[in-house]
Amino acid sequence: MNRFTSFAVALFVALMAVAPLFLNAYHVDVLNSIGLYGLLALSLNLILGEAGLFNMGHAAFYAMGAYTAAILNTRYQIPILWTLPLSALVAGFFALAVARPVVHLRGDYLLIVTIGVSEIVRIALVNDVFGITGGANGIFGISRPELFGFVIRQPQHFYYLIWGFVAFTIFLFLRLKQSRFGRALNYLREDEVAAEGSGVNTDYYKLAVFGLGAAWAGMAGTLFAAKMTIISPESFSFWESVVLFMIVILGGAGNVAGVLLAAFLVIGLPELFREFSSARMLVFGLVMMVMMLVRPQGLLPAKSRQFSFAELSNKGSFR
Amino acid sequence: MINAVPPVLDITPLLALQRLTKRFGGLTAVKDVSFTVEHGAVAGLIGPNGAGKTTVFNLITGQYQSDQGEIFFAGTRLNGLRTHCIITLGIARTFQNIRLFQKLTVLENVLAGCHYRMHSGLVAAMLHLPSQQREEQEAIDRALQELEFVGLRQQASALAKNLAYGDQRRLEIARALATQPRLLVLDEPAGGMNEQETEALIGLIGRIQARGITILLIEHDMRLVMRACEKLVVLEHGGKIAEGPPEQVRCDPKVIEAYLGTEDDM
Ligand SMILES: Nc1ncnc2c1ncn2[C@@H]1O[C@H](COP(=O)(O)OP(=O)(O)OP(=O)(O)O)[C@@H](O)[C@H]1O
Ligand SMILES: [Mg+2]
Repeated sequence: MNRFTSFAVALFVALMAVAPLFLNAYHVDVLNSIGLYGLLALSLNLILGEAGLFNMGHAAFYAMGAYTAAILNTRYQIPILWTLPLSALVAGFFALAVARPVVHLRGDYLLIVTIGVSEIVRIALVNDVFGITGGANGIFGISRPELFGFVIRQPQHFYYLIWGFVAFTIFLFLRLKQSRFGRALNYLREDEVAAEGSGVNTDYYKLAVFGLGAAWAGMAGTLFAAKMTIISPESFSFWESVVLFMIVILGGAGNVAGVLLAAFLVIGLPELFREFSSARMLVFGLVMMVMMLVRPQGLLPAKSRQFSFAELSNKGSFR
Repeated sequence: MINAVPPVLDITPLLALQRLTKRFGGLTAVKDVSFTVEHGAVAGLIGPNGAGKTTVFNLITGQYQSDQGEIFFAGTRLNGLRTHCIITLGIARTFQNIRLFQKLTVLENVLAGCHYRMHSGLVAAMLHLPSQQREEQEAIDRALQELEFVGLRQQASALAKNLAYGDQRRLEIARALATQPRLLVLDEPAGGMNEQETEALIGLIGRIQARGITILLIEHDMRLVMRACEKLVVLEHGGKIAEGPPEQVRCDPKVIEAYLGTEDDM
């Protein structure tokens, strides 16, 4: 990181840490939405941005997590935050099962299949397939989350829960990038044949990244259920998947900061300009089009890893 | 030398193709082809355009599955194995139409070759466990050594797509070498290279052989083939028409006929 980036990051963290003290409940709630979408977009970024797999059905995994949490909480009184790992597992394994037969498909075909899967999930929820999802009305009465005996109910409290989780996620995902696993995802995106031809088990990494991204979306679903206390199928429509896809591409596929910035713009701006009602969506659509024309690589395009001098100062050589 | 393979006291050839056939619809791209490559040799696979040379490579490395015939590598049958498994067994390759990870750095490209010998998984990566960090640094060191070996050490931080054409070919070789192969298959390594670069490539091939790595290469540049290879296999229309030492093959009437009328002069 150069000095400017370090400064920008420090400023952003400081601002985010104190923001709820200066903002009203409505604006804090907007930031909470941005945090949730940011979390979802970061998880989709692993699949779409890092590995280059066109997944236009991310909302399905989000829904799996939210419903797992809601059902476990309302039926079995399991504290909502305790369901986090279970939501991750359910969403992750669901993704593995769905992805297993289709990951070998090429980009556009995979995109269509994932749209289909997310629609099947939504319709299954609306039709209350196993009699546990509450149909179109969804599930009510999800209890408030509790952390060390403290009940989280105000937007300000949720703010720290959600953005704390975002920070935790960024911490882990940035480290993932600088590893064998993270590189394997990039090799997949750049050239699958060359990756396989260099000894990378491409099928394994495609499945692994689908599972990981979905598990994270599942946990975002849990946080969403905890925040809303009521969930219904309409929160997990195809449009959600489209918005997430858009955030990742607009921000700069493969760039964590870019994806977060795009989450702020795509989710935050329409909220700020509510007064202009319908015109704002028109402007929003136009901005999207212009962006893709003038900057197709995204706001902050993915950067290649910069190796430090120490890492590169190996002295050994052949003869 | 990190990649030196201990001398193998093995009389069976390192690579053996037995009556290999591959059809694409009505076209038989490879027809009943058999040949062997001995330990430590530099062998060449030549033939006019469309003769089926690249298809043979794709069969060896598992990109295609053969319709008939068998492939053995160091005694292991390769038929039906997936490409990454074959790489793991000790075969590495380069591509005729260079296939680098364009938007990644030169170093990251070579690290791809180190991948399968590393073990850190998802959790170790997310937590940057000490074992993962150590492994990571070891891989970087190994990748840098391979870059040094092919003469690209200075460009380690450059993006692959910004390299000159000849350098891209050498980077592909470095990535292949990073898998620590016993057999290296090169598909037209001198393609697009100027005379100077080709000369350097012949030297590089010699140094790779000196590391104990067996080489099988496809090449149209006859000067390179004649100088670098100890044995040649000639394909035409998918079938093998000649096999033997270069001096013998170049005088073979069938080979001369196959090359007559094409731009390649023997
Ligand atoms: N995937 C494929 N599908 C259909 N036909 C193919 C495929 N791959 C190769 N072929 C055909 O098989 C034949 C042999 O092709 P191949 O690429 O092996 O030739 P080559 O000897 O490598 O030629 P060149 O010197 O031009 O690289 C050609 O006629 C080619 O069109
Ligand atoms: Mg070819």
